[in-house]
Amino acid sequence: MLIGKPTKIPSSEITSESVYLSRRSLMKGLGALAGAASMPTYALTQPKSSDLPLYPGPEWLRSKIDSAKTTWSVDEELTPYDSVITYNNFYEFGLNKEDPYERAQNFKTDPWKVEILGEVERPGIYNLEDLLSKVDIEERIYRFRCVEAWSMVIPWLGFSLASLIKQLNPTSKAKYIEFVTLEDPDQMPGQRSLFSTIDWPYREGLRMDEAMHPLTILAVGVYGQAMPPQNGAPLRLVVPWKYGFKSIKSIVQIRFRETMPQNTWRLTASQEYGFYANVNPTVDHPRWSQATERRLPSSLFNPRIIDTQMFNGYEEVASLYAGMDLSKWY
Amino acid sequence: MVLVPSATAKRFVWVGIFALMTAPAIGLFYLASTNQLGADPAKEIVDELGQWAIRLLIITLCASTFSRRLNIRVLLQHRRMLGLFALFYAVLHLLAVSTFILGWRVDLLIRELTERPYIMLGMASLLLLIPLGVTSTKGWQKRLGRRWSALHKLIYPATLLALLHLVMLIRASVLEVIIYTLLISALLMERLFRKRKLKKKGVV
Repeated sequence: MLIGKPTKIPSSEITSESVYLSRRSLMKGLGALAGAASMPTYALTQPKSSDLPLYPGPEWLRSKIDSAKTTWSVDEELTPYDSVITYNNFYEFGLNKEDPYERAQNFKTDPWKVEILGEVERPGIYNLEDLLSKVDIEERIYRFRCVEAWSMVIPWLGFSLASLIKQLNPTSKAKYIEFVTLEDPDQMPGQRSLFSTIDWPYREGLRMDEAMHPLTILAVGVYGQAMPPQNGAPLRLVVPWKYGFKSIKSIVQIRFRETMPQNTWRLTASQEYGFYANVNPTVDHPRWSQATERRLPSSLFNPRIIDTQMFNGYEEVASLYAGMDLSKWY
Repeated sequence: MVLVPSATAKRFVWVGIFALMTAPAIGLFYLASTNQLGADPAKEIVDELGQWAIRLLIITLCASTFSRRLNIRVLLQHRRMLGLFALFYAVLHLLAVSTFILGWRVDLLIRELTERPYIMLGMASLLLLIPLGVTSTKGWQKRLGRRWSALHKLIYPATLLALLHLVMLIRASVLEVIIYTLLISALLMERLFRKRKLKKKGVV
């Protein structure tokens, strides 16, 4: 699979004419006409009709999303919008899958500040809008495999993490990059829970070459609109060849480091979750098999159990781990 | 006021308890077949059936305690049914795992059964419950005589194994497990306490 060559999009997923037209008239109404003639055919994935809320997002992001193109896709059926936005692991909002959808709707994600620090030439606290002023938003349709053995196919909107890293100019000492999620118990009920074993805030990390890989993105939206709060608004990582817990949500801090950072699940249970967390059907979680996955949505009569692929099917990343014993570096 | 419940009243209570015990299974089946269990019903069904098996084991253990301490006899009068429902939910739980998580793939089934300690514990718990279910009839009770109550003490290791099975599954939340552990501990303590008291009196 090559970048810039999306596989065919099922006609059912293409924006319906009425939605398309109403978007166009909205844009006209906003006076966002400059360059409209040269705009690409608008073909971002849109939710099918749904009773569920939509997430238009702030103005500055809308205009960026409207000029996005699909640059990466997989030839698999998309997970429907309602599953993507109602079935989430976001323990800051509760431990049940529906908790984030039910409890995060008032989560304030704009304005949003991100602190850049560590081994980097341009540290500081940035407004998200300013931080993203030079990046282009793309649609990336990726498989998403959770360590709990379920998976989805999700149309993310985001930009390659490499493009942001290049802007920030890390020093030669920067060997790793660490991300931290917001800690705000007032807004995040899960952080107030007495029965959670997690030490907040949530943190994750990547090796620099993983962070620079063209597949790695920071996502700001999904399904043709802004990121819903329950999916990690306004800024989250997506690393499609790793288990979902690596793809940290609602990022407020990015630190360039010389040493390997800790990550939350490794801190919580190091014998079960490692730093790398590459999707690997041959290395089981100590308590369950990783050989197969349930492609959601599954149903009572159609569990949709499929074989898990090495690196979640993104074999092009294999060279990053050449010579490493992946059962040791799980 | 009726002091001795009539056969009709007892029958009525039996039907009521039976309906209550089947409600979780029917409810789950209804929610699953109408797609109301979210995107991953498999996980939800498996979790719920397993938890109902444990809850029913706890309720079964409550029967004699409630009768002794609180003079509530209704559970004791229907203890056999409660125990059988615990077995019923444990079997459904195993069937759900085999169907929805493993898709009846024999290679995966064998691997799960031989490689995962928590699955072995859960399986052991279920295997202990099976002879109890089989010998729960009046006929078996007579045939086994004194050995019957000795055999049925297997409910204790079965409950502890089931609890351990759940403890080993914890990912991040401990609330339910704490509640179950407290309840089971209290029920076991009550029995130990009683046994010691009876010993002192020289009854046993």
